Amino acid sequence: MKKQWFTISVYSENNVGLLNRISGIFLKRHINIESLNVSKSEIDEVSKFTIVVNTTEKWVHNIVGQIEKQIEVIKAFYHTDEETIYQESALFKIASHLLFDERQIQNIIKENNSQIVTVAREFFVLAKTGRRHEIDEMYEQLKPFGIMQFVRSGRISVTKDEMQISALLNEFQEHE
Amino acid sequence: METVKEKKKTREKAATIKISGAEAIIHCLLAEGVDLLYGYPGGAIMPVYDELYKFQDRLTHILTRHEQGATHAAQGYARVTGKVGVAMATSGPGATNLVTGLADAQIDSTPIVCITGQVPRHLLGSDAFQETDIIGISTPVTKWNHQITKAAEIPEVMAKAFYIAKSGRPGPVLIDITKNAQFEEFEFSYEPCKGVRSYNAAPKPDIKAIEAAAELINKAKKPYIVWGQGVILGKAEEQLKALVEKAGIPAAWTILGASALSTDHPLNVGMVGMHGNYGPNILTNECDVLVAIGMRFDDRVTGNLETYAKQAKVIHFEIDPAEVNKNVKAHIAVLGDSKKTLELLLPLINENKHESWHNVFKEKYQIEFDEVIEHDIHPTKKGLTMGEVIEEINLASKNNAVIVTDVGQHQMIACRYAKFKESKSNITSGGLGTMGFALPAAIGAKMGAMDREVVAIIGDGGYQMTIQELGVIFQHQIPVKIVVLNNDHLGMVRQWQELFFESRYAATVMVNPDFVKIAEGYHIEAKRVSERKDLKATIQEMIASDKPYFLEVKVEKEDNVFPMIPSGASVSDIRLK
Repeated sequence: MKKQWFTISVYSENNVGLLNRISGIFLKRHINIESLNVSKSEIDEVSKFTIVVNTTEKWVHNIVGQIEKQIEVIKAFYHTDEETIYQESALFKIASHLLFDERQIQNIIKENNSQIVTVAREFFVLAKTGRRHEIDEMYEQLKPFGIMQFVRSGRISVTKDEMQISALLNEFQEHE
Repeated sequence: METVKEKKKTREKAATIKISGAEAIIHCLLAEGVDLLYGYPGGAIMPVYDELYKFQDRLTHILTRHEQGATHAAQGYARVTGKVGVAMATSGPGATNLVTGLADAQIDSTPIVCITGQVPRHLLGSDAFQETDIIGISTPVTKWNHQITKAAEIPEVMAKAFYIAKSGRPGPVLIDITKNAQFEEFEFSYEPCKGVRSYNAAPKPDIKAIEAAAELINKAKKPYIVWGQGVILGKAEEQLKALVEKAGIPAAWTILGASALSTDHPLNVGMVGMHGNYGPNILTNECDVLVAIGMRFDDRVTGNLETYAKQAKVIHFEIDPAEVNKNVKAHIAVLGDSKKTLELLLPLINENKHESWHNVFKEKYQIEFDEVIEHDIHPTKKGLTMGEVIEEINLASKNNAVIVTDVGQHQMIACRYAKFKESKSNITSGGLGTMGFALPAAIGAKMGAMDREVVAIIGDGGYQMTIQELGVIFQHQIPVKIVVLNNDHLGMVRQWQELFFESRYAATVMVNPDFVKIAEGYHIEAKRVSERKDLKATIQEMIASDKPYFLEVKVEKEDNVFPMIPSGASVSDIRLK
């Protein structure tokens, strides 16, 4: 089976230790997590993990089964890139004098639809949100001028199809 | 046993008076029907032990000689009773010593709750004396774990711990309680847990899947059932028997499924797996419908997956959705509790007989009998075999003992030849293969089934891993029968060295102590048998004894266990020699 990119979405209770439990499932199978993001979700008091891995469908199926089995996990899904809308964010810290000395920098900011987050005497910070390749392109464009610091977030994504978490939780409440 | 009235009294008292976290733990255990636990005290769990002292008329605590023994004893108790076993330990090394038992219970789906003490909340993360991150360490080997840092959390977390341990696919739960939470006082009230919103213990049976399964079973010409421990855990022994009989399907078992259907049932064709029976393995690749019930297609069962049951349509009855399509693709997956799904299936099954297909199993059995079994249980050579010892235990115990085994050659031989009448009679470390399991597990098994004969069968290697638990047997006069099959080797590893490493016996020759003297040091009646003429009478004497009894049998040093599917080979390539 061919390796490909999968986005795993995990809806869970907000619990100390769950991150360890989930990451351990990857560790046990010697599978590297490409990116990981934890945030609140559309449902009150329900957290959402967004995990990106490059692996085979057989493995991602196995992993999602194991994740879903964890007591505090409400539901886990996996999707291919085609099935999701996804973005990453990046910050670039660049020396302030370049903004005035190098005309090209201003063009790069405009062409990449990037925002200036802050300007200080010594440095300014650019923010860029987009697909991985867009951020990589901007990185390559800025690199010759010198990047003081760079950081990129994990992928965040929403799916094109519905993920019926609320229905699941309602069903539980009806049982109660 | 606690009466309902006492329970009510406990709750009423608790609802009005402030009690310490430590006392609350005891009330939680009592409310969950616990009357027996195993453990070992230490600094961080002392407040709970102080309460155990006060409640010793209602809660028996057994001091094992090592915390690992406490977990295995709790497992033995859980496996024989179907109830939750409980083990307790202190922080740091006490807690880390539980890890092997937790891992064993996790892979063999055994419901146990382990309670560990922890350093006080304000010292967490300070590398305090006997501080260890047992939550971090135990995470991969527990169904659930949780750290309590406030007394008020105790009732809800303890209720959840028992619910999670025993519901759905059972497993181990560890609760770590900081010392300050044991001292703190709070108003106690207890409500058993009825559900956890993010946890679906058992999927609801899907009648469509059951109908499809029935249709496939009814049409099958060569159907074959392989059942596992899911039948025992789901209390579905009657339903399994009814299915086997109504549809006339030959049925085999995984090592943990043993005893769910009596050994002498005509359609019970034996064990699958690496050292399982010849027919059940080889015919996996000849059946047309493979009905897997409560088993997980472990690699020791399937051998090479590329050549496993490829010709068959697979129906998988399973409670854990993560097991479906994990190793073997299921054409039909029937999710849910085995008892419920089999009950729904039974009325849809046509009465049938598959005599000619069943006869193929009988033919294969005859081949195995002539080549292997007869030589194992009725040997003509001089040295004693493990098989003849098991056969004598069968005869003396009238096929009705609980057999507790460790790991290795003796385990395979015992599981192959022990005969069972009742369910929950075969207690062994199946998935993890934990040497040292049997002796403490036998203590738990006997205490959970005092009316039954419990025989621990152990190799000379594994015995010495938890031999200190003889102290428990002696102190509490627990009438378990201990049989050490001594071949002065780590026999299974030696067998592999002989077969696959050109007989280079690296670190497998055991220089053993005088086991009889050791047992006698614990004031346990002990005998050694080295010759066939003494075997029968000594085993009869052992079974007749109502006290603990130790028997060492000196068996052939270099016997091998056959049949055998070499690691990575196909079930079709099972070797008879």
